[in-house]
Amino acid sequence: MPAESGAISRDEVAHLARLARLAVTDEELDVFAGQLDVILGSVARVGEVAADDIPPTSHAVPLENVFRPDVRRPGLSQEQALSGAPAAEDGRFRVPRILGEEQ
Amino acid sequence: MTAPVLVDYADVVARYEPTLGLEVHVELSTNTKMFCGCPTEFGAEPNTQVCPTCLGLPGSLPVVNRTAVESAIRIGLALNCSIAPWGRFARKNYFYPDMPKNFQTSQYDEPICVDGYMDVTLDDGSTVRVEIERAHMEEDTGKSLHVGGATGRIHGAEYSLLDYNRAGVPLIEIVTKMIPDTGGRAPEVARAYVTQLRDLVKSLGVSDVRMDQGSMRCDVNLSLSPTGSGVLGTRTETKNVNSLRSVERAVRYEMSRQAGVLDAGGEIVQETRHFEEQSGTTRAGRRKETSEDYRYFPEPDLVPIAPSAEWVEELRGTLPEKPWERRARIQESWGLSDEELRDLVNAGALDLIEATVAAGAPAGEARSWWVAYLTQQANTRGVELDQLPITPLQVARVVALVASGDLNNKLARQVVDGVLAGEGEPDTVVEARGLKVVSDDGALIAAVDEALAAQPDVVEKIKSGKVQAAGAIVGAVMKATKGQADAKRVRELIIERCT
Repeated sequence: MPAESGAISRDEVAHLARLARLAVTDEELDVFAGQLDVILGSVARVGEVAADDIPPTSHAVPLENVFRPDVRRPGLSQEQALSGAPAAEDGRFRVPRILGEEQ
Repeated sequence: MTAPVLVDYADVVARYEPTLGLEVHVELSTNTKMFCGCPTEFGAEPNTQVCPTCLGLPGSLPVVNRTAVESAIRIGLALNCSIAPWGRFARKNYFYPDMPKNFQTSQYDEPICVDGYMDVTLDDGSTVRVEIERAHMEEDTGKSLHVGGATGRIHGAEYSLLDYNRAGVPLIEIVTKMIPDTGGRAPEVARAYVTQLRDLVKSLGVSDVRMDQGSMRCDVNLSLSPTGSGVLGTRTETKNVNSLRSVERAVRYEMSRQAGVLDAGGEIVQETRHFEEQSGTTRAGRRKETSEDYRYFPEPDLVPIAPSAEWVEELRGTLPEKPWERRARIQESWGLSDEELRDLVNAGALDLIEATVAAGAPAGEARSWWVAYLTQQANTRGVELDQLPITPLQVARVVALVASGDLNNKLARQVVDGVLAGEGEPDTVVEARGLKVVSDDGALIAAVDEALAAQPDVVEKIKSGKVQAAGAIVGAVMKATKGQADAKRVRELIIERCT
């Protein structure tokens, strides 16, 4: 990942923007590349104190195996589920078509 | 786009070596979803099996379904995998509205099951060992409906409609290692593997594994390399392969298509392709995103899963006999030919017959009920045999009632009809419909005498030694008693009274 070198290229920002389907202008690319660089640089400072014998941490609390029994719990009605949707049709969430993708 | 040039299959096999890889998704039949308590029923009204967690609403948190983890471990053990002593879920990020969270919770570099194998038996009895790379836990996505496009595809669609009932349903993805050296049998190996995997998972009772309903789905990875070159070709991944037959067809088609591209000096593009059930062809889908593009990272909202050795061994103890071993045992003990066994398996009758035998019925009777009368009833109703509202225990009871002489075959069918109609247990139906065989001599003698008196000419024949003429009297008595008389006893009484 680019964090190692502490620099994120303009192309990488453009690629990330495409993955997130964000329309980013050329000027914005310059601005974001600079800003992201600062953020990555700050985070990279952690690496300065983390020695090889310290494994990367994903969870702050040492917990394992938290499970729930396979028992049903009441959820939302269709009306409740769709109540926050900007658009709905036939009981379904309505979204703009996604360009260039087919799952 | 120009139509692909297809190379004749025999020609492909003569000049290219296929390498196969199969990814099978199995939807678990747990009561609830992977990370929340929503139901997982197939075919419910859209967005009626959802909650803040599976809709990805702010403030909601996932909690892992213990039964789903157990099912994953059992599948792994049945596939001879090692169970990882520690592992985390990961977020797979991608921009598509089929997951309202905007990521899918999956496992990435720490799958729960690794390094297994399954020995797959082909039609001619030979065996191919398929090695399993991994089996990991994830959640299914919602269903999209593309509106405005002519074909229901996204191209040309104006907008999409989303139903999230399926989003979050537990899914196990089982990935094989590359399967080399199958040559011209690659399509058959693929089909045999998926068939055997389906039977195995079904025997564990963890999934319906219905390919027609999407509870089992297969992606086919295939590449070709010129025979003897030793260079692995670029692979394509074909999705939407929704039946066992399609698995075979998809492999075969991709082999012919890729050979056409390679013969023309072209390059295979690494891409996702879609199988078209109607034509048996595949068409290009999206270019594959690299795994880096998914920006996987450990799921911070779920703590690691660390199955203890004791738990894993306990689950190992719950594994049933392997379906293919079980079949061999049944075939032997029932004395079935390969063909008879295959017919029973294809009719979905084997389990039912075995359970009926386990409930005390002789194998022949149990088989006859399930493959004849009950198969007819299932066909009439348009359901699978195992969906008929009658249990092996009930069939065994009917068989026992026939064996004890309480029912004859005709009455037995009426009892079965009663059970199928929801009238209760066989004994209840016998009672309520008054279906018991009449073997009480008092009642029978009266009916026999009446029949004899009505046909004096027949009586004369019997008296003169033509015993077979008694059949006419038996028929009359059976008619008079509405089929409830014990025919054997009736015949004895007729002979008695005519001599």
